Amino acid sequence: MTRILHALAAAFLLALAATLPARAAIDIVPVTSPGGITAWLYEDHTIPMVSLEASFRGGSALDPEGQAGAVNLMTALLEEGSGDLDATAFAQARDDLAAGFSFDAGRDEVAVSARMLSENLDASVDLLRAALVEPRFDAEAVARVRGQVASILRSDETDPDAIASRAFYAEAFPGHPYALPPDGTLATVADLDAEAVRAAHRAALAKDRLMIAVVGDIDAERLGPLLDRLFGDLPETGAPLPEVAEPATAGTLSVIDLGIPQSVVVFGHAGIPRDDPDFIPAFVMDHILGGGGFGSRLTEEVREKRGLTYGIYTYLAPGDFGALYMGRFSSANGRVAEALGILREEWALMAEEGVTEAELEDAKRYLTGAYPLRFDGNERIAGQLLGLQTAGLDIDYVNERNDLVEAVTREDIARVARRILDPEHLTFVVVGRPEGVQATN
Amino acid sequence: MRLAIALLLAAAGSAARAADGDIQSFTLPNGLQGVVIEDHRAPVVTQMVWYRVGSADETPGESGLAHFLEHLMFKATDELADGEFSKIVAANGGDDNAFTSTDYTAYFQRIAADRLDLVMGMEADRMTDLDPGAEAVLSERDVVMEERRQVVENDPGGLFAEERRAALYYNHPYGRPVIGWMHEMEQFDEEKAMAFYRAHYAPNNAILVVAGDVEAAEVERLAREHFGPIPASDAIGPRIRPQEPPHRAARRLEFRDPRVRQPYVTRSWFAPQRRPGDQREAAALYVLAELLGGPGITSVMAQELQLAEGVAIDAGASYADTGVDPQSFNVYVVPKPDVSLAEAEERLDALLARFVAEGPDPQQLERIKTRIRADRIFDRDNLQYRARQVGSELATGLTLEDVEAWPDLLQAVTPEEVRAAAQAVFRPENAVTSLMMAPETVEVVGQ
Repeated sequence: MTRILHALAAAFLLALAATLPARAAIDIVPVTSPGGITAWLYEDHTIPMVSLEASFRGGSALDPEGQAGAVNLMTALLEEGSGDLDATAFAQARDDLAAGFSFDAGRDEVAVSARMLSENLDASVDLLRAALVEPRFDAEAVARVRGQVASILRSDETDPDAIASRAFYAEAFPGHPYALPPDGTLATVADLDAEAVRAAHRAALAKDRLMIAVVGDIDAERLGPLLDRLFGDLPETGAPLPEVAEPATAGTLSVIDLGIPQSVVVFGHAGIPRDDPDFIPAFVMDHILGGGGFGSRLTEEVREKRGLTYGIYTYLAPGDFGALYMGRFSSANGRVAEALGILREEWALMAEEGVTEAELEDAKRYLTGAYPLRFDGNERIAGQLLGLQTAGLDIDYVNERNDLVEAVTREDIARVARRILDPEHLTFVVVGRPEGVQATN
Repeated sequence: MRLAIALLLAAAGSAARAADGDIQSFTLPNGLQGVVIEDHRAPVVTQMVWYRVGSADETPGESGLAHFLEHLMFKATDELADGEFSKIVAANGGDDNAFTSTDYTAYFQRIAADRLDLVMGMEADRMTDLDPGAEAVLSERDVVMEERRQVVENDPGGLFAEERRAALYYNHPYGRPVIGWMHEMEQFDEEKAMAFYRAHYAPNNAILVVAGDVEAAEVERLAREHFGPIPASDAIGPRIRPQEPPHRAARRLEFRDPRVRQPYVTRSWFAPQRRPGDQREAAALYVLAELLGGPGITSVMAQELQLAEGVAIDAGASYADTGVDPQSFNVYVVPKPDVSLAEAEERLDALLARFVAEGPDPQQLERIKTRIRADRIFDRDNLQYRARQVGSELATGLTLEDVEAWPDLLQAVTPEEVRAAAQAVFRPENAVTSLMMAPETVEVVGQ
């Protein structure tokens, strides 16, 4: 019944490169407030709402020695009372406005996300300001939220992904803040009090590390003063950022015993910083090797051909203070050794031979064609605009990015593959009871 | 939908043309139902094809087959080679995937709007022309068994959830896991999968949902072209599953696993779902879940268990409102380290009894309604969510009239209706109370 299908598909493929990139173009404008705070704005008045995404660089990497988890706990407490509102009064005020706020701490940032109705935008902004600038950190709230974090940390003790990730970072970044998980450990979190949380607030939320994206039913004229109201009272500077570290991945394979039927494997080695000129070729290479889901070499070899896993993937993790190239999969304890062998072969093969012309063309078609999918919806656009800023990219990047992908050649990929992929240093943490897998440390 | 129409009237003074965000629909002569949500903000479209078949429609002994077939739908057809479906989508800059529940199986693509013709043609192709081959079937069986290990067996919470379902539904097939029991998954083969496919995949058992930068008339034209030639199947009948008998005994589970570091208690009550033309009790239960244990610390459970009395680290409620057959209302309490599960459960019992006696705080009810109203605006920003929402509603037997009536029904819920719904559902013999614990004697699980 679908004779015409292939002809149709072929026609679309030919037309693709010419049509899609042009349609990605959107107008983003930088808006600087009277007080000197800059945000990237994309106006769209279709829906009476405003989305705001902000990032304070630094995040849990700013945790002082012995206080791992301080920035995370502080971030979780931002919505637990501020100014003259206690935790319940704050939550009720937010619900009365129907505003949505979220605050998240990661290794590299404290991220703030807000969605607000046009009809009460000013009041919503004032409440968000109170959370960021005047958090109370009441003893009751500190104890309660600390208990929630500790509960998560206890559960993590037998969670194979948490165990694997912690072990990997501990090995890759000895002596660096990245070695510890963003939410801390049971020992460090137990000691965090309101004073430690206040210090984390003072260290992490400052104007010298702030990036902002705003999308929706607002124009530049209104946004400028609003930025000052929201962020103007934060301190100018925060704590010094940590040094950039070179990952110490020595090519070991660790086995951590856990009574589970399927072994979880986290693997990786040094990656490439986001501002490296080879980042885009590396990104395309990763898509072909393991980043691209269905169609990637690793998914094809490990899942599709052999049914050894439900999912295997890789990703570039260009942290601000240390860059990794990482991946993850899980296979039944009796089959994980075979999957590990294939992974090692594919790593070496890509390092030696790079990609074929057909693979490169497929990857470009997908990556350039799919780029506009990241821009449908205010919240999605706001996330993209913030992501561009945190990556240190120019405001015009959104309209140039597909050209950068198109320009990648097989030679570029061969060069970055040789440079980044390092089978000797590829480091594994296996959690489970793997059969036929020899630990090397 | 009402809100979008109101906005259009305010903006343009005319309702002659459908507004962005409105739901438009058509039905083809072969029974395929089409739904279109236009949104012209970005040149992107989401296509979803929903089949009214899920794990509750499986034959006993073949648990997981509906989900397994979902995986096989990405294999070969008479036209496309194994994996080619997703490769063509990717080569056109699109993403695709699928998911399966107790009551439906859905396939979707997100792609540039001018590629709708292409992906619709491919969906029409695999509606009746799947031909995966025995080898691909066996290899994919290994994949879904790994999926079960990953999402269920590696996580004591996953195993615990399976036991709770099985106890809540002891006659209805909702008691079986969607992914399937491992010993039954091991027996899957091409013959079983294809028999299931032929029994359930047909235009008169499908709903096409298209959302994004498209015109409804053009979507209907494309649907006629691609799906129109596929004949209706006479194998599609009403969805009649074994129903639960009256539940007469309060049921209790103790689940112990050496991996459990954080004990908790849950309770699930058998509860009515949104029924076509009859959604009022469900609306009251929806509001009840928000009041009792919705997100944040303003809920009754958070206020009484986490703040004032301080026995819980976390507590919440949820209500599964959508399904072909009756669903469940659920609560959980995670006690503080120095609080026993028994004590946490006692506090929960006291709280529920008080709520049933006193009903909700009217001011808090108004807050919940404000949030629900605002979500209707925020939801317009997320087209995939809208498509998914309306698809799940239609695939479980609700009509577009029910879908459009639901927001107003939520706003009309009274305090007394909430109280009455709680009283009707919170009966001991209607409930399964489940304790998640570590073994009494410590076993070594590593670490």
